[in-house]
Amino acid sequence: MTEPTTRPDKGKRVKTDSREEYSVVGTSPGHHDFVDKVRGTLLYAADWKLPGMVFGKVVRSEVASGRIVAIDVEEAERLDGVVAVLTAADVPHNAVVEHASGGLGEVTVEQPVLASNRVRYVGEPIAVVAAVDQETADEAADLIRVEYEHLDGVYSPEEALADGAPLVHDAGNVLVNWQLQRGDLDEAFAKADVVVEDVYRTQHVEHAYLETEAGVAWIENDVVTLRVSTQVIEHATEIARILGLPDSRVRVIASYMGGGFGGKEDMTVEPYLALLTWHTRRPVRMVWTRQESILASTKRHPFTMRYRTGADRDGRIVAMDVDIVGDAGAYPCLSARVLFAGAALSTGPYKVPVLRARSRAVFTNNVPTSAFRGFGAMQVVLGYESQLDALADAVGVSREEIRDRNYVEKGDVVASGEPITTAVAVTETRQRALARLGEQSAPSGPGKAVGQGFANSMQPYGRTIWFRDHAAAWVTLQSDGTLLIRSGVTDLGAGQAASLCQIASEVLGVGLDDISVYIGDTALNPPAGGTFATRQLYMSGNAILRASHALRDQLAPVAATLLDAEPDELRWKDGKVATSSDGSVTLADVARACQDAGVDTSVLHTWRAPAGRFDPEVGQGGTFPDYTFGTHAAEVEVDLETGVVRLTKYAACHDVGRAINPVRVHGQIQGGAAQGIGYALSEDCPSVEGNPVSTLFANYLIPSTMDIPDLWVDIVESGEGRGPLGARGIGEPPIGPPAATIASAVEAAIGRRPTQLPITPERVLALLTDPPVNEEDR
Amino acid sequence: MMRTQIRLTVNGVEHELWIRNDRTLLDALHDDLGRPDVRYGCNEGVCGTCTVLVDGRPASACLTYAVQAEGREITTLHGFADPTDDLHPLQRCFLERGASQCGFCTPGMMLTAAALAERAPDADRDDIRYELVGNLCRCTGYTAIVDAVEAWVRDGAPDTSDDVEEPREASA
Repeated sequence: MTEPTTRPDKGKRVKTDSREEYSVVGTSPGHHDFVDKVRGTLLYAADWKLPGMVFGKVVRSEVASGRIVAIDVEEAERLDGVVAVLTAADVPHNAVVEHASGGLGEVTVEQPVLASNRVRYVGEPIAVVAAVDQETADEAADLIRVEYEHLDGVYSPEEALADGAPLVHDAGNVLVNWQLQRGDLDEAFAKADVVVEDVYRTQHVEHAYLETEAGVAWIENDVVTLRVSTQVIEHATEIARILGLPDSRVRVIASYMGGGFGGKEDMTVEPYLALLTWHTRRPVRMVWTRQESILASTKRHPFTMRYRTGADRDGRIVAMDVDIVGDAGAYPCLSARVLFAGAALSTGPYKVPVLRARSRAVFTNNVPTSAFRGFGAMQVVLGYESQLDALADAVGVSREEIRDRNYVEKGDVVASGEPITTAVAVTETRQRALARLGEQSAPSGPGKAVGQGFANSMQPYGRTIWFRDHAAAWVTLQSDGTLLIRSGVTDLGAGQAASLCQIASEVLGVGLDDISVYIGDTALNPPAGGTFATRQLYMSGNAILRASHALRDQLAPVAATLLDAEPDELRWKDGKVATSSDGSVTLADVARACQDAGVDTSVLHTWRAPAGRFDPEVGQGGTFPDYTFGTHAAEVEVDLETGVVRLTKYAACHDVGRAINPVRVHGQIQGGAAQGIGYALSEDCPSVEGNPVSTLFANYLIPSTMDIPDLWVDIVESGEGRGPLGARGIGEPPIGPPAATIASAVEAAIGRRPTQLPITPERVLALLTDPPVNEEDR
Repeated sequence: MMRTQIRLTVNGVEHELWIRNDRTLLDALHDDLGRPDVRYGCNEGVCGTCTVLVDGRPASACLTYAVQAEGREITTLHGFADPTDDLHPLQRCFLERGASQCGFCTPGMMLTAAALAERAPDADRDDIRYELVGNLCRCTGYTAIVDAVEAWVRDGAPDTSDDVEEPREASA
């Protein structure tokens, strides 16, 4: 039997490259913020208290579609302890315009900071109050009376796309239309020996980070300063625009986040904090309640995915036709880009010579949807993996065999027509995941059915390349040989800052305990561009690697002179610079010698990612820098009487290129798998005519310790990623496969394929009835 | 809203508070007494983020009014493991296994685990999973947390011989 492991496993790593061995990279030191975290001393966004601080509260719409007839704030203003009640009239520039795709085709829609006239979803901000304590602020918010005229709304993309549907925005109900295409679709399908097709549906889900949206704002030297839980400090410019201030007068500091997952990529508390501190000139704190966070924060897009796949008699895919409709909710946010990723990744890690992949983001009067780990590329895994399983059945080969006949390889083109330029180790990740899963277990009793399944995925890392992405890092050797790193990176808890330390330590030989890293501050750090799109190891990792090398190159001649050696024979390790013989000096010696020699001990480096263009008319072009591949495998036991799906075994394997910190790589894979398991089985934000039904943690069900078995994780290190030292991004990829994996396992157990998420007992029972109930209730 | 003068004993130190009767123990500990190791998570008693020990037993500080806590011994993570001391063995187990990612749930998780170990020193993996069901984590997938608590319960301290541990033996 295969020995399962969830542990980073030195002995079994695959080294496909022959580069030098590393001494810091590839190890898993627990250092930096992680020490503060286990001590309980890290100060999150809400743990900030300033003299005279007041407390904010957002007043939100109670109707999904309506016109504001009147807002009565008098009673709230009269309440003892209230210091500000602000409405749309108090917002200098009351519009946020998001062109998430970079202007490649979406309509222009303004999102008000505070609604003045029209409200478009339940939870839309209308007013914001501040008071001397939270209870008074909450009471004042309750005292604000909003009179609405109800308007007809649309509560699903299907309703929104119907002829004569009420308009969410004057610009129309379709935010963006994408189409990727190659070859003659009709001709290819006409020649296909086998065609499979189906429709797959996914749901709204909530990020449910344990730390809700929070922050504190104050004014310092006439600069509006915010310390918030955010993935993107670059929103400072949008905040400045809202306040009508120059960019130089707004500073954003990101605290270490208690989880983000994409939900802190758009602004959350920032505009409200900024307005309140600007109007009151007092420090202000705002912490969204859990219920407010579930009600009104952005969600993952529900996708309706129509797939048709044609193949020859051996199961080799000849064409794929995909049509995706995503519910954007009431405002654009990042939907244009999410739906692009959905279309671009809709064919998965398979060779598809002829294709049409269309996607639309459709406005509704539901809560806005936006970034969430996986970003459109994860919903489609259920689509393409379900199609591959169906194709296997249609052709009469195993699920493994159908994939072996269709996997992309390095050099093959993806849906956008670009070649894959790094290793595709998906055969190996599959073999390892299945080996970890082991033999199928016997049912635990009568009325139970056991099944195993697996799914592959392909997730981009890095921004779409037409954004010409870049990130800067600044390293400074101090006179005592310690090192400062300054970077605008924000840290969601995945070790974004700590990883920079490990890379710099590897190059410069400064011990990890001698490195301090300062992150997430628009005033004091060079910009790193936000932590999203699995881009920070790729972007800031490359930046810190190059900055560290540049600093070493700058220091080397000075060190070489001290040691009477050649610069390129020096070794940088353990706080020392050594020659190949026995001479060595400390980094402090080198730093002091630099001072005497007039050599800078500081380097600021900006790394620019390769750029490219996508042609939205032709439907081909440059899309993503690279991809991370992986496979998950699961065993489930289905209770045939209740429909309950119990996950009994789970294994996951990804090619991470190179693991900078194996414990944290495993942590990303385990956490992503767990979040994907919740998505597959229990998480859902249903609503009735735009009114959310689950707004409590008690009925929005994220997995607990009792819902998830031990997760067995393995990694492949192909050494071919585009990140530093051959690393690939691993933040988002692990959330892709779980839903398709579990659907595949359930099908193996009961003989019917779940096509709608989450796979609830009710839906399983519906599949078990004969004939199956064709549910289209959403 | 009525206010009451209360004495709260937190980590062995007595504090006097003049507090609204509707303020929770969480409000009192986090906001009034400035304890960063007691955090807001849901205010429903579901997520366990605000877990403290009340007379040694885990309780959600968000479901307890501060006035109800008078006369009780309240222990936060910093009472269990003083930040000025060396890391507690349980903290080392968490650190070395990556059981703390964003770290937000960690204090509550550790206090629940500590109470379990006190009550059931021979707790196994299933007991640990059962006990931690009321402490939600969104980052780790729990396996590393259960590993960390199991190692601490079993050995009292992690193996510090190497940064990276050997694979755990097959349990299935």
